[in-house]
Amino acid sequence: MTSAQGYNFAYLDEQTKRMIRRAILKAVAIPGYQVPFGSREMPLPYGWGTGGIQVTAAVIGPADTLKVIDQGADDTTNAVSIRRFFARTAGVATTERTADATVIQTRHRIPETPLAEGQILVYQVPIPEPLRWLEPRETETRKMHALADYGAMHVKLYEDIARFGRIATTYDYPVLVNGRYLMRPSPIPKFDNPKMHMNPALQLFGAGREKRIYAVPPYTDVKSLDFEDHPFEVQKWDEACAICGSTDSFLDEVVTDDKGGRMYVCSDTDHCTSRQIRREAAE
Amino acid sequence: MYVAVKGGEKAIDNAHRLMAEERRGDPATPVLGLDQIMGQLGLAVDRVMTEGSIHDRELAALAIKQAQGDLVEAIFLLRAYRTTLPRFGCSEPLDTAAMAIRRRISSAFKDLPGGQVLGPTYDYTHRLLDFALAEGSEPDTAECADRPVEARMPRVADVLGHEGLIERNPVGDDPPGDLTRQPLGLPAGRDLRLQNLARGDEGFLLALAYSSQRGYGNTHPFAGEIRMGEVAVEFAPEELGFAIEIGEITVTECQMINQFKGSKDVPPQFTRGYGLAFGKGERKAMAMALVDRSLRAGELGEDAVAPAQDEEFVLMHSDNVEASGFVQHLKLPHYVDFQSELELIRRLRAANPDREAAE
Repeated sequence: MTSAQGYNFAYLDEQTKRMIRRAILKAVAIPGYQVPFGSREMPLPYGWGTGGIQVTAAVIGPADTLKVIDQGADDTTNAVSIRRFFARTAGVATTERTADATVIQTRHRIPETPLAEGQILVYQVPIPEPLRWLEPRETETRKMHALADYGAMHVKLYEDIARFGRIATTYDYPVLVNGRYLMRPSPIPKFDNPKMHMNPALQLFGAGREKRIYAVPPYTDVKSLDFEDHPFEVQKWDEACAICGSTDSFLDEVVTDDKGGRMYVCSDTDHCTSRQIRREAAE
Repeated sequence: MYVAVKGGEKAIDNAHRLMAEERRGDPATPVLGLDQIMGQLGLAVDRVMTEGSIHDRELAALAIKQAQGDLVEAIFLLRAYRTTLPRFGCSEPLDTAAMAIRRRISSAFKDLPGGQVLGPTYDYTHRLLDFALAEGSEPDTAECADRPVEARMPRVADVLGHEGLIERNPVGDDPPGDLTRQPLGLPAGRDLRLQNLARGDEGFLLALAYSSQRGYGNTHPFAGEIRMGEVAVEFAPEELGFAIEIGEITVTECQMINQFKGSKDVPPQFTRGYGLAFGKGERKAMAMALVDRSLRAGELGEDAVAPAQDEEFVLMHSDNVEASGFVQHLKLPHYVDFQSELELIRRLRAANPDREAAE
C-alpha cells in the first residue's frame, strides 16, 4: 500500500477532500440537486473524468477496492488510465469484478450486475445540467430548478413524439429524482435508467469542469420522464451477445467487415466474462 | 472471430514512450536546456506563466519543454502542478505606479510626465525573416540612454483622475475571491472577472476584443497607457502584522480609457478597462482590458447585446485548459451512446419505409 511520492493519499490534499465530502453530504441530503464545489485542476484533462476522479478521491480509503469502467468495459483506455491513477496515488486494490468492488467509477454505463448496499457508484459527468440544451444560461436554469419549472423539458419530449412518433432521446435521458429535481443521469443509455431507481448503492455524480456534484442516495425514487400514452421504454436487441449469449444486456455493435457484416457483444465486459466462466463451469 | 480489444495498458505505455522519443527529436542535436527556453523563448514562458496562473520561469520552461512547445499543453501542466501547492494568502496589491519602467507608452497623450519609453518591442519592426538569425548571428549591443528613466512615472489614469474625468476604482476592503478554490458564481465581481480574464486564453480574448472593435459592442477605447517593468510583491504574514517584500516580478499593465456618455446619476466621464499579464504580455493585457470594459456593459447601463458583453458567455468559455479538455474528450470512446443513436435512427427509418425508398 504505497502512494506516489510527494503526493497525498489519492492525490488530493485532505482539506480539498473535506470540501468535496461536504458537497457530497449536501448532495445526498438533497437528491438530484447540483451542488457547486471548488473543483480542482487535476492532472487529467477536463472532460476526461476529473469530476468523477475528485469524488472517488474524496470517498476512497485504503481498504477499498476500486473498479473503473468506460462504456461498460474495464479495458478501455481511459478506464485503464484512471484505474492506474488511483493504483499509483492511493495504492488501493483494483478489480474488474463488479461484485468485488466497493467503489466503482463509471463513464456512460451502469454495470449489468445489480449493485448492493455499501457499494458506491461514481459517475463521470460532462454536462450536469439537464436543461442546458433548452437554456444555455446557468443563471436561468438555476431559477428553473428552484421553481421546479420543468415544462420546457416536457415540451421538448412532446415535440419528439409529434415529429417522430416517439421520444428521440436515447442516452442522458432526463429523470426526476425523489419527485423533486430534474437530473441528468450522465450519458448512460436509457437502457440503464431503470437501474437507478431504488438502487441499494449510493450513486454520486461528479462534474469537474462544470464544478458540480449531485447524488442519488440508496433506495431513492428515480423516474424517467414520460407520458401516460407514451410510457418510457428501453432499447431491445433482436440479437444475443455473440460471446456469452446474453439476451438481456446492453449490446455493442461490432463491424466485422466492409460488406455490412455485424456482430453484437456485451458492452459490460465483466458481465460477459462472468457468464462465459459460468457456462464453461456448467459444461 | 472477434476478439475483444485488450491490452490497453500496454498500448498506453508504448504510446507515451513513443511520445517521449519524438519529443527528444534527433539524438544527434543537443538537448534543449531550461536556461535556453527561459532566456531565448521568454515570451512563451511569460504566456505560460500568465495563463498557468503561477509565476515561476523555471517551471514554465520545464512545462514548455515537456509539452514540446505546445503552450496550451504547457499551461495545463503548470496548472495541474499549481493545484497541489498550499495557498498562504493574498499579497498586497501591486503598486504599478512604482514600477521600474522598461516600457511605457500612451496613445492618449503626445507627451506626459516621464515621457514615452519604447523599450524592447516588436512594434515598428519590419516582419522580414532574419536569415542571419538562422546562422546564429549575435545581436549588436543596444545603446544605453545617457540618463535613466524617471523613477516615478504617474499612471495616465491618475493624471486624468486629478480632473475627475475618469472613474475611480475604489479600493475594496474584502479579500479578493479565488476561482481556483470556489466555483465561479454569476454575476462575478470585478475581482473574479479579472482573475478569470488573466487566466483566460489569449487567443479567445484577442478575438473577443477584436469583435468589440468591429461593432459587436463597441467600447470606444483608447490605449490610455501600457507599461511594462518590474514591481515588488509584498506579503503581510499574519504573525508579523506588516508587509514584507518577497520578490520582484515583471508585469505588463494596460489601462484602456473608454468613452462614457454618462447616466442619470453619473456625469459624462471616461471609464476604464484593465489588463495585467506576467512578463511581456502586451497583446494579452490589451485584449483583456478591452474585454474587461465590454463586460461592464450591464453595470454601466449599456445594452449588453454582443458576445464580448455577455458575462456568462465570456467567463464560462475563456479557460483554454477547460476548453481543450472538453473538446478533445470527443476522442474518448462513445460507442454506447452511438449504439443507442444507431438503434433509434434504424427504428425511425423502419417506421417510415416510404420515405427511405424515395431517397
